[in-house]
Amino acid sequence: MYRAKIFVKRRRTILDPQGKAIELGVKSIGISNVEDIRMDKYFELTVNENDEIVARKIVDKICDSLLANPHLEDYHFELERL
Amino acid sequence: MKFGVVIFPGSNCDYDTYYVLKHMLKVETVFLFHKDTDLQNCDVIILPGGFSFGDYLRTGAIAKFSPIMKEINEFAKNGGYVMGICNGFQILCESELLPGVLTMNTSLRFQCYDVYVKVINNKSPFTSEYQFNEVLTMPIAHGEGNYFIDDDGLKALYDNDQIILKYCDQDGNITFDANPNGSVSNIAGICNKSKNVFGLMPHPERCSEQILGNTDGIRIFQSLLNNL
Repeated sequence: MYRAKIFVKRRRTILDPQGKAIELGVKSIGISNVEDIRMDKYFELTVNENDEIVARKIVDKICDSLLANPHLEDYHFELERL
Repeated sequence: MKFGVVIFPGSNCDYDTYYVLKHMLKVETVFLFHKDTDLQNCDVIILPGGFSFGDYLRTGAIAKFSPIMKEINEFAKNGGYVMGICNGFQILCESELLPGVLTMNTSLRFQCYDVYVKVINNKSPFTSEYQFNEVLTMPIAHGEGNYFIDDDGLKALYDNDQIILKYCDQDGNITFDANPNGSVSNIAGICNKSKNVFGLMPHPERCSEQILGNTDGIRIFQSLLNNL
């Protein structure tokens, strides 16, 4: 079995309005030397599969077809053997 | 002639759309459930507005896996007319029946008011009852109506006359201030290359009856009727 830790990131060239709003929040607590905040998505899941290559293919399929939108987002993941 | 309105869990404009078709236009209209695999010989399929599957993950991202979407995909690929309103537009983009994606409004606000939209293309089967460059008033109600497509995709939309509606001001000027959500090129509605699939963020079903004070939307449905 593998535990997958999946990061789905909005492409850096595309405006992230939530990140911008959070930046305003950071400024409002008195911190002014922080910029370029991005808000992304993080998923964890367990694959009931012992072959790492197969597990990787399964996670790729989930990301490509569901978790990430190819117009907006890129993803990467780490697999940890359980 | 038969229209089908699809109900997803979380659809909330399904009855409004059904009402306009059935009672204003007097055409045969049926509801289709998202788990159905039979389109009941409908000539037009409408994906209504709402919040299918709670908008979880991304708007429309889970609805695209509903059993009926497989049938709608086939139907559209064979030239059948499919229209997505608001959440329906989002589902069509996620399903790749329309190019691009709808993401959160740059304002981060749920925008709910009347906007002006300009008919950029009146040669589509969805807009043939409008004048070219006609300015319409239509309500919007969405948090994620910011249409995004990369530069190559946008060029293809222009090259193939796929842009149908754009946000504009009262006089028809396409301006930054008239754009309620940050959509590229002020896009409010597009169709696919073969012009049989159409998606728009404004709600024509909410402005199709005089008693509501605005009938600018009904000609979208009338256009479809006249093209069948």
